[in-house]
Amino acid sequence: MRDSFVYLDHAATTPMRPEAIQAMTAQMAVIGNASSLHTSGRVGRRVVEESRETIAQALGARPSEVLFTSGGTESDNLAIKGTFWARRDADPRRVRLLVSTVEHHAVMDCVDFLEAHEGAKVSWLEVDHLGRVHPETVRMAIEADPESVALVSVMWANNEVGTVQPIAEIAAVAHEFDIPVHSDAVQAAGQIEVDFARSGLDLMSVTGHKVGGPQGVGALLARRDATLVPLTHGGGQERQIRSGTLDVPAIRGFAVALSCATANLAVEAERLVALRDKLIRGAQDAGFGIRVSGDWEPGDGGRRLPGNAHLLVPGCDGDSLLYLLDAAGVECSTGSACQAGVPQPSHVLLAMGMPEHQARGALRLTLGHTSTEVDVDAFLVALPAAVERAQRAQVATSTQVATSARDTSKEKTR
Amino acid sequence: MRVVAAMSGGVDSAVAAARMLDAGHEVVGVHLALSQNAATLRESARGCCTIEDAGDARRVADMLGIPFYVWDMAARFKVDVVEDFIAEYSAGRTPNPCLRCNERIKFAALLNKAVALGFEAVATGHYAQIVETASGARELHRAVDMFKDQSYVLGVLDEDQLARSFFPLGDTAKPQIREEAAARGFYVAAKPDSHDICFIPDGDTRTWLTARLGEQPGRIVDADGATVGGHAGAYAFTVGQRRGLHLGQPAAGGEPRYVVEVQRSTNTVVVGTAELLGVDVLTGDHARWCGPPPEGVVSVGAQVRAHGEEVPARAWADGARVEVRLERRIRGVAPGQSVVLYDGTRVVGSATIAKATLSRPSGAWIGSPA
Repeated sequence: MRDSFVYLDHAATTPMRPEAIQAMTAQMAVIGNASSLHTSGRVGRRVVEESRETIAQALGARPSEVLFTSGGTESDNLAIKGTFWARRDADPRRVRLLVSTVEHHAVMDCVDFLEAHEGAKVSWLEVDHLGRVHPETVRMAIEADPESVALVSVMWANNEVGTVQPIAEIAAVAHEFDIPVHSDAVQAAGQIEVDFARSGLDLMSVTGHKVGGPQGVGALLARRDATLVPLTHGGGQERQIRSGTLDVPAIRGFAVALSCATANLAVEAERLVALRDKLIRGAQDAGFGIRVSGDWEPGDGGRRLPGNAHLLVPGCDGDSLLYLLDAAGVECSTGSACQAGVPQPSHVLLAMGMPEHQARGALRLTLGHTSTEVDVDAFLVALPAAVERAQRAQVATSTQVATSARDTSKEKTR
Repeated sequence: MRVVAAMSGGVDSAVAAARMLDAGHEVVGVHLALSQNAATLRESARGCCTIEDAGDARRVADMLGIPFYVWDMAARFKVDVVEDFIAEYSAGRTPNPCLRCNERIKFAALLNKAVALGFEAVATGHYAQIVETASGARELHRAVDMFKDQSYVLGVLDEDQLARSFFPLGDTAKPQIREEAAARGFYVAAKPDSHDICFIPDGDTRTWLTARLGEQPGRIVDADGATVGGHAGAYAFTVGQRRGLHLGQPAAGGEPRYVVEVQRSTNTVVVGTAELLGVDVLTGDHARWCGPPPEGVVSVGAQVRAHGEEVPARAWADGARVEVRLERRIRGVAPGQSVVLYDGTRVVGSATIAKATLSRPSGAWIGSPA
């Protein structure tokens, strides 16, 4: 069964690219702590620095701006906590964080922590019905009290609905007030063009496993003038900002994968847009009133991530759909964060103004470098039966319905 | 058969899932998330429905090689079980939330969702047996292990629910289940049993209720109506309770005193000697039958608490109402408790006790039985 499964959850993690596996596994056989001074150490250091250069080049940054971390969550934490503490130390008035309402939990929970324990004040930047933050919203939030702002953080592209934010414009607004800007570009890097220098950002998070590299490695891109208080203290690696022995093989795999992803980006994006459009159209035509959320324009890969399809299926619980599609060999996601495996109503969809009952029927399908038309077709074949069943299941478990098993059998024969 | 194995993360449901798989069924593991804040880690050995429990269940499913999902029924559980529990106590009754959960969550919301998703049945780790009769009917029976028997909390299941239920552990004693779990390599084999009420992790029902219902100070009186003490809320007292009364002075005769009645209308707790606790007539409502409802007066065994003893009785059902006449007096029966009726090892059905009284010698049946 496993050999015929359809993987449509590339936003969660995408298969490692063969080039990255090869580079990484080869490196695993080579000894070398990149901080050691002897020959083996220098060999490891060289791999790290070459990888740093590759990553910098792929993302429009300077090598010295790349700080290796364990992944997106750590990069977000380092950017936000590190900047908050550094900026507040320099001026105690700076305690305000301007953060969008559609951020990943790695940003949101980090901000919540600072608010609960470090006296931070959070100004949430609202989004429109497409999930987009307007630069004017940022301006208004800053102008309320510019001196108090420690940091602005807005993600480059949303992990659930794929909406791409006007990052350069947001950064430009903040810079009028000399306020640093961070962006979580975990979903954007390798999918759309991401140029750190041109964006004007001060800080940007990326991770290996969303671009076909290994899990457990990522980077924070930090301008050289960005001041960050470290979260981990120790050997002083990574500009004294992120101590800890560098994971040389993983870093190598990450760099190779990112370089593959960006080398072919325009062509691949066009391919994914075509697949995505076919998937969305097919789902809409399936006859269940399925709608697409976020900013979808057929043929466009700039306002919405090329590989992202986010569907709203009426009368269904996303987790029922997920189970039924999984049983049919199609792997996807409800798109929202989980607690103990329980999908919660998505804060992103709620922030976009969607009513909770509609948000419950969310299904996220994300395409990536291994996706083909066969995957899209298989999903479209499996969809109708899954929706019919999931709609019955929601009726069966709705609180308004009587509770005996008999009622379900009636439901079935109706 | 396509079966959902309800997996709590404990040893029993783990073995139940394994046995269903061994029996050749197509099994999918489902953990019910019932807590509104599932983010809590285990608070004590008693707690359940924590992230740790979900993780334990997931690990067992991994070992069995079956798919595993968490279904969120917290909202439903809150309304049907937790709020019902609070309302019952608030009304001066003593409910058993496990029965409610089985009736409305595990063998209703979960079962119905499973059926709607294409499954044919739900299997749980309850200690009880289903016996299929010659005519194909499925009867609910006590487990072989009388110490673990959980047929009492399943006495609310009707024929349709039983037709879609499996209890694979009913033929085995608990120590053997632990051995089997160990032999199967489940690291939950030695996990402590869950006790008491899952949504009150520290087991302190009175404090938990007070936090939700607020303090409602009132009087504690004796059988003659004389005030003998005070309390912070009559809802927190249960008929038959002896401890926690904090009465200033002992009774005249020096005998221990028990709660004999909780009067919610006046927020008064009545205490008296053990003598006053004896009852032999139970009037119940909300009758649930595990098979065809009994006709006329039937001889049964009656059990009023999960691990209480069974008392010979005669019962008569009239729609949702049931009257049970016990052959001897029993003590400490509180309204709100369930009485489960047995015919041998077979569970006949159950009712929620509305009134527990002492018969008068010539007392007539409610209504007019033949």
